[in-house]
Amino acid sequence: MNVGVVVFPGSNCDHDAYHVVKHVCGQEARFLWHKEADLRGVDAIILPGGFSYGDYLRTGAIARFSPVMQSVTAFAKKGGPVIGICNGFQILQEAGLLPGAMLRNRTTKFLSQDVHVRVERSDTAFTAGVEPGTVLTMPIAHGEGNFHLPDEELDRLEGDGQVVFRYTAKDGTLDDESNPNGSARAIAGVCNAARNVVGLMPHPERAAEGALGRVDGRRLFEAMSYALHALQHA
Amino acid sequence: MSKARVYVTLKKSVFDPQGRTIHEALSGLGYQGVTDVRQGKYFELSLPELDLEEAKKAAEDIAHRVLSNPVIESYRVEVEP
Repeated sequence: MNVGVVVFPGSNCDHDAYHVVKHVCGQEARFLWHKEADLRGVDAIILPGGFSYGDYLRTGAIARFSPVMQSVTAFAKKGGPVIGICNGFQILQEAGLLPGAMLRNRTTKFLSQDVHVRVERSDTAFTAGVEPGTVLTMPIAHGEGNFHLPDEELDRLEGDGQVVFRYTAKDGTLDDESNPNGSARAIAGVCNAARNVVGLMPHPERAAEGALGRVDGRRLFEAMSYALHALQHA
Repeated sequence: MSKARVYVTLKKSVFDPQGRTIHEALSGLGYQGVTDVRQGKYFELSLPELDLEEAKKAAEDIAHRVLSNPVIESYRVEVEP
């Protein structure tokens, strides 16, 4: 399995993601430069966190027009697994590959803290094998993570089972206090209708090994390996 | 050449945390009569089109595709020679 990590100007979690794939999970990883349309035969793609293009205009708004994103879009439409983490999630929303848009956090503050998220679906490429109801602890670090969609579209999203992660208390119960940025229906992550594209605001790559004090994020990377293995041997 | 001014604002149904913070600050400064504040973005485009109708069309295309996110924002375009 070969995982591509896209590098935009301003990405700052690209090396963390590469490290987890390669050194923690023992898979092949390679960087994909934003100006290159060639995906170099990768089997899965990570859009890492950071501040692509300085967050100018809107978060992810400029990155979505880069040459690599044309190829990522084609790859995703063919069913290729793509995960967007934090800024990567925002880029996928701007590209129209994932629903919703991010507003400024309701506190207007940049939030850098651990959160608990409940896994709602195990039928995506990045949560395969993770029981729904499992609570994962991972850090967030963002100023714009307040997930927004009009109410009727939220209903449709929930009906189609596209809500993958929700901010909850440590025991998995929903309460307003555990929803740090004010996201609609406490949504921390979603997937597309085909379930191969996933985006989330928390950083699994910053919680993937014992030395960092958190290991829950590793489950998403393991799910990706599992899903790819199943795909290749189908 | 023509010029276009593009105003991008959050849709009315969308909560604006920055606008609220500014509003609260204004109240603190004694501007009690201000009932609401909404923050937006403003762009000036210099366009090659001479015809104002065409310039407006071009600016609207840019505003729709790039300058605004239709999920949360709306835009208004003004053109002049």
